[in-house]
Amino acid sequence: MSDTRRIISAETLLTCRPSTPGVPTTGAPDNARENPRLAARFRKRLGDFILDVDFQATPGFTILFGPSGAGKTTLLDCVAGLVTLGEGRIQVGERVLCDTAARIDVPAEKRRVGYVFQTLALFPHLTIEQNVAYGIAKLPRAERSGRVAAILRGLRIEPLAPRSARDISGGESQRVALARTLVTDPGVLLLDEPLSALDAPTKSKIIDDLRNWNNTHRIPILYVTHSREEVFALGERVIVLDGGRIVAQGTPHEVMTAPLQETVAELAGFENIFGVTVEATHPEQGCMTCRIPARPDGNEAVFLETPLVRAEIGSTLRVGIRAGDILLATFLPRGLSARNVLPGRVVSIEQRDVIVVARVSCGLANSGEGTAGASVKMEAHLTLAARDSLQLEPGRQVWLVIKTHSCHLMRD
Amino acid sequence: MAINWQAFWLTLQLAVIVSAALFVIGLPIAYWVAFSRARWKFLVEAVVALPIVLPPTVLGFYVLVALGPRSPLGRWWIALSGHTLAFTFWGLVIGSILYSLPFAVQPFASSFAAVDGKLIAASSMLGASSLRTFFRVIAPLSVPGLITGAALSFAHTMGEFGVVLMVGGNIPGVTRTVSIDIYDRVQASDYPGANATALLLLIICFALLAIVYGTNRKAWAVKPVE
Repeated sequence: MSDTRRIISAETLLTCRPSTPGVPTTGAPDNARENPRLAARFRKRLGDFILDVDFQATPGFTILFGPSGAGKTTLLDCVAGLVTLGEGRIQVGERVLCDTAARIDVPAEKRRVGYVFQTLALFPHLTIEQNVAYGIAKLPRAERSGRVAAILRGLRIEPLAPRSARDISGGESQRVALARTLVTDPGVLLLDEPLSALDAPTKSKIIDDLRNWNNTHRIPILYVTHSREEVFALGERVIVLDGGRIVAQGTPHEVMTAPLQETVAELAGFENIFGVTVEATHPEQGCMTCRIPARPDGNEAVFLETPLVRAEIGSTLRVGIRAGDILLATFLPRGLSARNVLPGRVVSIEQRDVIVVARVSCGLANSGEGTAGASVKMEAHLTLAARDSLQLEPGRQVWLVIKTHSCHLMRD
Repeated sequence: MAINWQAFWLTLQLAVIVSAALFVIGLPIAYWVAFSRARWKFLVEAVVALPIVLPPTVLGFYVLVALGPRSPLGRWWIALSGHTLAFTFWGLVIGSILYSLPFAVQPFASSFAAVDGKLIAASSMLGASSLRTFFRVIAPLSVPGLITGAALSFAHTMGEFGVVLMVGGNIPGVTRTVSIDIYDRVQASDYPGANATALLLLIICFALLAIVYGTNRKAWAVKPVE
């Protein structure tokens, strides 16, 4: 799936979401006291990969965000008890699920942890009703069928009950997998990209159902995703995982809009990331000038005005710019508030869904006939209409317009 | 020249008892082979597979020795029952169980191992014990493998010769099975009689294998739902 599609569906998701009354707020301390929080601190080695984490999850959604291979699923498997910890401790409220020092390791089937896998893993030889009743087999028959009916009704999949798990659609399977887990009344819920295969409207409906369920069942939910829109749509808290470590955590806004780590930046959708040198600081104007080398020898460069941060002149930083924050002009614009107007030449134009990705090589070499090779490549996103009205095509001379505050500085 | 129905009936009894016993013994062994992470698992797998490559006479010889009055097992049995297991029907059953073990365990184990691990994990996460997971998830999804194992051990026992001869000898009504009866008839130049019995055995074994391959067709091959 292209980045563009993600961005589009992010907006769809956000706007589709009705303002559910009583949606839990971030880490409400009163709730936390009543409802057990998940506290985990552990290490797990898998070959060369080491997962080393320490986090808490309060009742409500906590998003686990990170690239493939960051250790998100392994983290869930550890909490679930499907893999044994190297060392550490996991507890829900006062209930210890695992403590290597005390040699406690509650088996997976006794942890009361609900886990919906990415593959859903519905039992193919059972009907939907039997699938959902699987985890509550010990209840008396009447109560069991009552609870199954209630959860199927709650997730609007009642008519599926007698059907085989093999004969239902993807979206239906997702709901059945959720129902099968929710009906067991777990103490913690683990969701491993349960909605990754769905289109945005279906996704947002299921998310609403989950939220409603969570309003009455205040338990911690760890929700794995690598989709940026889901972070904003769901997250009260987000934990960013990379290379087996937690690299950032906080509210989605804190983590996703002011990234400090480059991995976070890439994930947060900065298509343009450059190493820069601080050339000059202008404390009285709250900004500074940074230099992006256009050639390895540094002889030619592109200069950017960025927000002021505490950095020495000559020190190196990284700057991230979202492709959607860059404007394109076909003539040198004047009278703009934006402080960065960079000449460039279109290298390629590519349509991704309804977004056009323009790659522009900029720098002095592109201002006129100039020498080839010395340039900084930037990616800008624009609409189909903008492409057509500007008649953009490879080779066309353009100017990139970037606001100072669209340049996000990061530690190198 | 008629078919020796006594031998035939005896063989059928032997095959039914052996394949039923192998079903019971084979399931836990196969479960262990499929899911154990023990380092020495390969040794157990090799032992289970031995009868496939071992000459039946070698296996038969050791079973005979083990059942005889000089081995602890044989002595224990004689003390218990007053007679030796060698050259009896039940001695034959023991030899046949060992000889057909891989034909039950291997199909069982490979079908257990083919069950999607996520389904097993899902069962655990829904609070099911290993035993419940086995009976509600693993076994139902392994039906083709279970049928294959049962049918193969049945057919293999029906046609077995070397081990039977070594352990049971050739006692009519006690240890003379169909394959030994055929051998006897050929020795006695009764070719039409040998042919009739051999043909019947051929048809039975073919029918069994047809069942095995038939059940392994798509209709039975159950895959996890995604």
